[in-house]
Amino acid sequence: MWEQIRDNQVRSVILVTFMGILLLLVGFAIGYYFFGDPVLGLIIAALVWGVMNLIALFQGDSIILGMSDAHKIGPDDHPRLYNVVEEMKIASGLKKMPDIYIIDDPALNAFSTGRDPDHASVAITSGLLDKLNRDELQGVIGHEIGHVNNRDIRLMMLASILLGTIVILSWYATRIMFFGGMGGGGRRGGSSGGGAAQLIILVVGLVLLILAPIFAQLIYFAVSRRREYLADASSALYTRYPDGLASALEKLENNDTKVQTANKATAPMYISNPFYKGGSAGNDLFATHPPLAERVHILRAMSGASYADYEKSYKEVTKESVIPGSALKETAAVGLREATPGAQAGELQDQLDRTRQTSDMLWKMHNYRSLNCSNCGTLLRLPPSYNQPSVRCPHCGFENPL
Amino acid sequence: MIFASIIVAIIIILVLVFVGIYNGLVGARNGVKNAWAQIDVQLKRRHDLIPNLVETVKGYMEHERGTLEAVTSARNLAQSMSNAGPADRAKAEGDLGSALSRLLAVVENYPNLKANENFLALQEELTSTENKISFSRQFYNDIVLKYNNMIQMFPSNMIAGMGGFQPSEFFEVKDAGEREAPKVSFSAPPKTSS
Repeated sequence: MWEQIRDNQVRSVILVTFMGILLLLVGFAIGYYFFGDPVLGLIIAALVWGVMNLIALFQGDSIILGMSDAHKIGPDDHPRLYNVVEEMKIASGLKKMPDIYIIDDPALNAFSTGRDPDHASVAITSGLLDKLNRDELQGVIGHEIGHVNNRDIRLMMLASILLGTIVILSWYATRIMFFGGMGGGGRRGGSSGGGAAQLIILVVGLVLLILAPIFAQLIYFAVSRRREYLADASSALYTRYPDGLASALEKLENNDTKVQTANKATAPMYISNPFYKGGSAGNDLFATHPPLAERVHILRAMSGASYADYEKSYKEVTKESVIPGSALKETAAVGLREATPGAQAGELQDQLDRTRQTSDMLWKMHNYRSLNCSNCGTLLRLPPSYNQPSVRCPHCGFENPL
Repeated sequence: MIFASIIVAIIIILVLVFVGIYNGLVGARNGVKNAWAQIDVQLKRRHDLIPNLVETVKGYMEHERGTLEAVTSARNLAQSMSNAGPADRAKAEGDLGSALSRLLAVVENYPNLKANENFLALQEELTSTENKISFSRQFYNDIVLKYNNMIQMFPSNMIAGMGGFQPSEFFEVKDAGEREAPKVSFSAPPKTSS
């Protein structure tokens, strides 16, 4: 039923194809200028692209996760998070349990990565884990699993590699043209027939080299925004509770801590843009994510949990359509479920419990030992470098042997 | 000659279509089996958790013998039906679900129990298992709907008839107590009450 959404990525694929054509044009221009032979430029472009692809294919997750300072966790490290991911894995029908990472960062965000659904990873910041109750966490994880199941990760990876290749090639080409080769001869070894025609081609090529990275970025951001809406729709379908994700997004909106380790390349992978906040820009062409307020509005207006319900709600808000037609047909009505009782009430106590749970896990991850003072019961945490035979309790002064 | 080759081409196309649809049906049937296995795993997990739960709460709830026994016997009945079809199992699991939610409603009256570390850990496991059961049931029913549609719709229904493909049963829980999965919650009492 919902695998159709990934079969039908025609628009996204067309956009990525445009990026591929841009890359070919850049390669063509480079070959023409520097070697007098367009084919050579195409080969260089293909080589750079190929190498970046190989790196991304085999190292992508570890590079991105390493960049973001993420720790992998198991079922015992944080049972609630592990269980929620497993619940969403079951709801989405994924075959393999994705790896789960925690980023030790007070900012509120989450992302997923991996080259295909069998090699996927989901990462969440400790700040977000503290802030969300079970229903909200389910919504966020559903959104990330939606990215995995809709094959967004691979599409975005393909797009970001194309974007990266275009940026690198144009950057070097324009620098060499401006600073390196102007005086030196022999740039164009071949036909130096000269004339107006050549000058025009030169100017067109130069403009192309300068504009290509900008165009590529616009395309990249357009693809990225669309996939965000689709992942929201998937999350609503898996959880049958769009209000959970909506409420989580509201919490993101009201928070302005930025992810410290995010950079421009990894930004589109997060659930909300790690740089811009406030959602003031309506339809910003350079935004990687749709405005949070709009996403919340769409989710809150849903009257059922199916893709058709999301589409209807999306149309009411934006007057456009987002879900591919083939994913809408043959969908049976899907009802909503109710909030988990106690999810709203007792929020403060819950939040304290969650914070303690998360920080305990983070201490453990950094190899801190913990013990209770045998005299007064105070919890003591010892750094991994602590090597004394005993520790003095700061509360009651009792010497605890180790 | 041309006539003969057109006939051959049509036959080849028909064979390819047949093979495609047949394989699609087999794939869908395996999908159903696989989704059923997922439910099975979660139901087993539920059956394993209940003796633990009963053991943990027993000491605190001397006056609730009846409720505890009801849960235990419903659990044993559900476990003995492990190899039954979806409809029979759904009924047994539904009964277990309502016995369980009665027990969890009573837990609200025992503040000491709610502070028990063991019970806290069980709470997370039980909540999650109930969620997993309902999510795997959700996925299973969607897959069954798709498979049954294939069996009943033209032209795949002809091939399904020849290949002996039988429609699958939905896993639908009739009992009201099960539809609203029991929630172990501290902050607010569960909606169902005994």
